Amino acid sequence: MSVLQRLIRHPWALGLTGIMVVLLLWYAITASGSVNKLFLPSPQAVWSAGQQQWSSGILLKDAIASIQRVFIGFAMSAGLALPLGILMGTNPVICRLLEPLMGLIRYMPAPAFIPLLIIYFGLDELPKVLLIFIGTFFFNTLMIMDSVKFVPRELVETAMTLGGRTMPILTRVVAPFIAPQVLDAYRINMASAWNLVIVAELVAATEGLGKRISLAQRFLRTDEIFMGLIVIGLIGLVIDLGFRALMRRACSWAN
Amino acid sequence: MHLKIDKVYKSFGYGAQRKEVLSDVSFDIHSGEFVALVGSSGSGKSTVMRLIAGLDQPSSGTISMDGSKIEKPGPDRGMVFQKYSLYPWLTAAQNVAFGMQLQGRPKREVRERCSYFLDVVGLGDAARRLPQELSGGMQQRIAIARALAAEPKVLLLDEPFGALDIQIRESMQEFLHDLWRRTGLTALLITHDLEEALLLAGTVHIMAPSPGRIVRSVSVDLDCSAMAHLRVSPEFLSMREELAHCLRGLEPAVGA
Repeated sequence: MSVLQRLIRHPWALGLTGIMVVLLLWYAITASGSVNKLFLPSPQAVWSAGQQQWSSGILLKDAIASIQRVFIGFAMSAGLALPLGILMGTNPVICRLLEPLMGLIRYMPAPAFIPLLIIYFGLDELPKVLLIFIGTFFFNTLMIMDSVKFVPRELVETAMTLGGRTMPILTRVVAPFIAPQVLDAYRINMASAWNLVIVAELVAATEGLGKRISLAQRFLRTDEIFMGLIVIGLIGLVIDLGFRALMRRACSWAN
Repeated sequence: MHLKIDKVYKSFGYGAQRKEVLSDVSFDIHSGEFVALVGSSGSGKSTVMRLIAGLDQPSSGTISMDGSKIEKPGPDRGMVFQKYSLYPWLTAAQNVAFGMQLQGRPKREVRERCSYFLDVVGLGDAARRLPQELSGGMQQRIAIARALAAEPKVLLLDEPFGALDIQIRESMQEFLHDLWRRTGLTALLITHDLEEALLLAGTVHIMAPSPGRIVRSVSVDLDCSAMAHLRVSPEFLSMREELAHCLRGLEPAVGA
């Protein structure tokens, strides 16, 4: 097999090619001078804007601020959704009580809660974290509930005939069985958490990647907007890959 | 050990939806016996097993073990299901250890019994493998080992070989018969396969559908030491044919 064939067969080869093609097109368009630089900055300008913000420390500070909000809000959401989702999935009464309510709230767009959150909690960290919580908690819970409903009855009943009581069955049968689906639900909903933090920062913040973008808009710094977008995308991608790696490691039986 | 199923009735649903699935079912199982319930689907044979396991309650009548009424599932009645019998995230050894761990047995005992019962079912080499790496027959053997390791007084087998290919089924039947002879276990087998029931059980109860009831009970006294020969021996075949005729007569007429 030639080197080229081997390269093409590499799992990342096509994905990277797609990205490279877009980058090249971008470069070609800006280099030709056919589009106003104000609207479409060149890749080099975006790169140097990134370098500048990195060396001044702003980029790192912004990224940390955004990531922190996402992680606190999402950890609350994930941590509460797990027991509640399991409870709803195993207890039909609680499920019938809460499912319509959660189904209703789930369809209320989380950003629509921002005005209320600002009235209640001001402009600090709390409303931003709560926005992420509101935007992901109901999805997380309902997805976990669904995964619990698909636990084969035989697996639970086998444990019962072996002498298992409720708690051991939840922790040793239900929890491991749903682990892959739970991780996948987290991975999918993490994307909305990452969306929401930017929305929250666009509205009100002193630092954060979204805040930097709205500042850049005020000064028509499209290069900084592009830079912000790319960094947001990259961090999201890393988180996504992290979840996938975790899933492969922790749930190899499910593949 | 004496398991007594006494005048058990079971119905599901209420009012017009009410459906009687078991009517006046009675039989006994004593230590060391191998009993089979044979019937078509809808004859309520699996319901009988669920009631004995304590996973459901009879509508009337009692099921008792050594005089005490069965009210909930317990490790004295080990169960093996047809499918989803193993925990897919646990290795074979961990599956066998699972019940013993739930019972809170000491670690050392769990380890020793685990390797003992893996050897009993002839799968000592497969200890570290995940269920998905094992064949269907091996998986059922592990499930049987797991049930036995929890020290049940009676082993409940709900169509344990129903999902297996015919050749594997036959070797599993021989395996189970051999296991029964070696360990002196007490077992109740649910199956729709008459041949399987006759080869393995000392007592076969034939069940009829709607509502499920026992219509005939047969004591089987065959020499099972050479199962392959037995399957084609005239004595066995005529017995099987006679009972198969009885079973066919129980099928509801088409269109009725």
